[in-house]
Order: sequence, then structure tokens, then C-alpha cells
Amino acid sequence: MKRDWYITSSVKLKKHQIFKDDELIFKTEPHISTQDFLKEAYRFFGINYPKFHKMDVLCKLGMIASCVLKEEYPKDTALVFQNASSSEVSDTQHQESIHNFPSPATFVYTLPNIVMGELSIKHELQSENAFFVAEDFQAQFIQNYTQSLLEQKKASAAICGWLEANLDDYYLFLNYIEPRGMHIFSAETLLEKYTQ
Amino acid sequence: MRKVYLENHQIVSPLGSTSQENIEAVTQGKSAMQSYHSPFMGDYVAGKISEIKLQERFKRLENAEAYTKLEKMMILAVAEVLQAHQEIPKEKIVFIIATTKGNVDALAEENPFSKERAKLPQLAKRLQHYFKLPETPIVVSNACISGGLAVSVAKKLIQNKTYDHAVVVGGDLVSEFTLTGFNSFQALAKGVCEPFSKDRTGINIGEAAAAVWVTSVKPKEEAIEIIGEATANDANHISGPSRTGEGLYLSVQKALQEAGILASEIDYISAHGTATLFNDEMESIAFHRLGLQHTPLNSLKAYYGHTLGASALLELIFSQVSLQENRVFKSLGYKNQGTSKALNMITTTEHKSLQIALKTASGFGGCNFAMLLKKETE
Repeated sequence: MKRDWYITSSVKLKKHQIFKDDELIFKTEPHISTQDFLKEAYRFFGINYPKFHKMDVLCKLGMIASCVLKEEYPKDTALVFQNASSSEVSDTQHQESIHNFPSPATFVYTLPNIVMGELSIKHELQSENAFFVAEDFQAQFIQNYTQSLLEQKKASAAICGWLEANLDDYYLFLNYIEPRGMHIFSAETLLEKYTQ
Repeated sequence: MRKVYLENHQIVSPLGSTSQENIEAVTQGKSAMQSYHSPFMGDYVAGKISEIKLQERFKRLENAEAYTKLEKMMILAVAEVLQAHQEIPKEKIVFIIATTKGNVDALAEENPFSKERAKLPQLAKRLQHYFKLPETPIVVSNACISGGLAVSVAKKLIQNKTYDHAVVVGGDLVSEFTLTGFNSFQALAKGVCEPFSKDRTGINIGEAAAAVWVTSVKPKEEAIEIIGEATANDANHISGPSRTGEGLYLSVQKALQEAGILASEIDYISAHGTATLFNDEMESIAFHRLGLQHTPLNSLKAYYGHTLGASALLELIFSQVSLQENRVFKSLGYKNQGTSKALNMITTTEHKSLQIALKTASGFGGCNFAMLLKKETE
């Protein structure tokens, strides 16, 4: 049965600023390192995840975004993520260590879906996961796939969006999708929120 | 909701460059594993595709030197699958690529291709360009369940009528990148891997590309329908499987729910069976919890090694073949019970009447995948 789903919350992390539902809620000086920005945000939001400082930048970004997006999630909240650079930052680190002492602590982060594993542990989600990679955010496809998971009752809610971290920059955009709300979950809305 | 079927397929691996060659090799009990030496890791066992043979096969196709090894493997697999469906406009077909690391070998200094080539969207663009596709293929990169998950994605896009058909291709390489990584985990086997066996010491890495046609149109003969699928995260550990097999258990439960069948109706399980101590133990616990301890089960990892993003798709194709030919393949490398819960390991390749198969896979990040296939009988 066709029915509507709703975007009830959105989070964006860019240029050392964090926006929740388009409102700036946290920022640091723009010239500090991304790692320092993430450390300060972690403290500011009082997030508790003991492994936080061991994670790579993609996972740290995803962790902060997911904690700002919502405090608690239903156990069957699906995760549908996409980015352009897969796990480029950790890949580069591992590649540089190949001929010396490659470390399992780095290697494990050379897969983009690890962030979904970390989020699942933090929020106790034993749910559907899918990580996609594309040059640009495929709003139409991400909306379509997320909606089909919800319609087929494979999940009761979903977090979907774009989690990009590369050697130069990052851009994170997550949305919470559920059965009731104000803003209908459509590809147009998703794209509009992503670009604004 | 409309039904979705698996149809023709193609496997490019060290054991052969067509599905038929691969099925014959596996029937004969051949393994792709060979010994290699690396100055950084010493001796190791892996399954690699011969560059010379690949080049030979690619001759019929265009402009070989423009493509990386992985691209050639994938193009060969897709070209054969598409060959049978030339009358269908490309707009009706979604192309999905499953890979963990793509052209990761391009990151190495000595590789002739630029580092840019290692980016996964580049791989999608090469395939789009080669096959003159109207849209860029979708890329799924979800650790070792990628190949299976990509078929689940295709199924959903066909069910909701976004497309009528899909070509799903999975592929990964044996690269220094992955070898050194798994070696740092001390996860590589000393010899040929021994899934579910007592003295197993770890995995072998293998390379392969596999492609399959997924469609809403019921095939005329031996139609194999996807009757259920699911993924579920363990929410336990990012590099180790759950001790209770929770995610795998849940993914199978959900797939059964969608299919509307009972676990007892499953005739055959194509397990992940990487041959690490923890993975195989976890699977045995999950299958026991599901009441599947008596269902015939195999792992194909000793034939191919762990082909990462290709493995779940390659093994799904073998499940399809098993259903169509009423044949189960020996779980190569299995010697004696090596999990705390006993499983019904397949120890000889033999005729067996089959109707429903379960394919499972698990991977880093705590991800688990299950898919149920059913043979439609007239």
C-alpha cells in the first residue's frame, strides 16, 4: 500500500558548523583542524561513546550527526547512506603503512559501512544497512530505496543521507524519516535540504 | 507486489571465464588457491586471475589497455549477461556494481593507472561508458555482504517498478592493500582455508567478478524466484562477529517472514564460511538458533577464497545452479567438526532434490545478509 513518510529532523555538518533543522547550533573557529572541531563538538553535545577518539573521521562525523539528529531511535531504524569518497581518508593511511607496519586499527576503517556499525552499537540498532557510493548525492535513488524498505516493513523508521569525508573536506547531511510528521519525504525535499 | 527472478549469469574467476567452466571446475573439486610470495608478507595462499588469460578473453572486446584488471573482469561478466537481452532498451535496466575496494591497486605507486582510478564512482563511469548506459550504475559498498545486498537492491527497484530488469555485477581484486590488512589481523590461513573445520586458521583472499540478470519477467525454464531477503546489523563489534550470531539470526528470520515460509522448508544453505575461528563459530550458533542444524550446508571459500564484494553474489549464483540442477556441491576443505554446534556439512558433490535455498553472508561493520531462493515448479 502506498503511503507517505515524513522527514522529521535533519542535521548538517559543514565548514566546522552544525545545523539542526536549518538552525546553526554549534560552530568552532574555521581554521582549527577537523579533528579538533570533532573533539569540541563531541564534548559540547555531551556524547558518550568510549571508542570515539579511536574512530576515523568518517565515523566521528557520523556519530556526532546521529546523536544530534535524535536522542533515541527504534531498534529497527534502517540506515541508508551514500558518499563519494568511500573510506578515502583511512584508505590513504593504510596504503602508506603497507610496507611498514599496517595496523588492524586503521585497516578496519577502510570500508565505508563501518560507520553504520559504530552507529548501530551506539544506538542499539539491529536493522537494515546499505552503503552506496556515487560522485554526487543521488537523492532520487536514496529516497526510493529508503521508502521501499519502509513500505515493505523492513524498518519502521530510517536515517538516510550523505556522509562525505575526503582528504580535503567533509560534508554530512542526515535525515530522520518516520510515519508521522510535517514534511513529506520526497526526493525533491531531500535534494533541496541537501543543497541549501 | 510483483515477483523477481534470477536468470542468466556469468562468473569470471581463476577457475574459468564462464559460469559453465566454473561449475565444471567446482564439480571436479578444483581450488583456485595457489602459493605466492610477497617481500612484505612472505608466503601466502590466494586465488588470482591470470592477467594473460584475462587479456586473451578481452581481445574480442574493445580497447583493452584503457581498462584496469577489475574493470576487464567486470566488463567480461556483464557483456555475457547482456548478450542474451539485446532487445531490451537500456532505460529499463538498472546496473548495480558491488565492490568493497574497487580499483584499490591504483593507490600503489607502481600501478600504471592514476590514483583517481581508485575512486569507486570512477569504476561506475568506466562501465557506463563501455556499455553506453543512459545512467551511471549504482555502487554498493557494504563490506563482505555487498554482492548479495546489491541483488536485494535490484529486487526492491524491480518490485516498486522503477525498473523491469537489473544487471548486478560484483567484483574485487587480490591486492596488497587487502592482503596486508587481513594479515595485520592475523586472519590469513597458512594453507588452503578449511571452512567450519577443526584446524582452520583463517581466510584466503580470492578475486572474481560475477554478474547476474535479475528480472520481473518469469524465465521460461527453471525459474528461480527471490522470495525473501534482509540485512541486519549485530550492533556488537565492528571487526568481530557477534558471539550469539544475533544479526545473522535476525536477517534469516526477516527473510523467512517475507517469504512466508518456515526454516524447516529450507533444503540447502550456502553459508559465508570464511574459515576464521570466530566467523564459522558464530554461523554455527546462528544456524542452530534457527533450527537449521540438520539442513545441508556448504561454504565455497576453499574453491575461490574470499572474493570480498563478489563472494555473496558468486555464491548466490551457485545456489541458483544447485536449485536448477538438483545438485549440492561439496564443502571443500572440511575435514572434521570445528564449531561448538554441529552442522550438516556437505561432504560430497551429489544429486539432491532441492526447492528452497538460503544464502547468507556477514561482514565487517557487523553487517549480515540473508536471501531465500525458490524454484518454481510447473
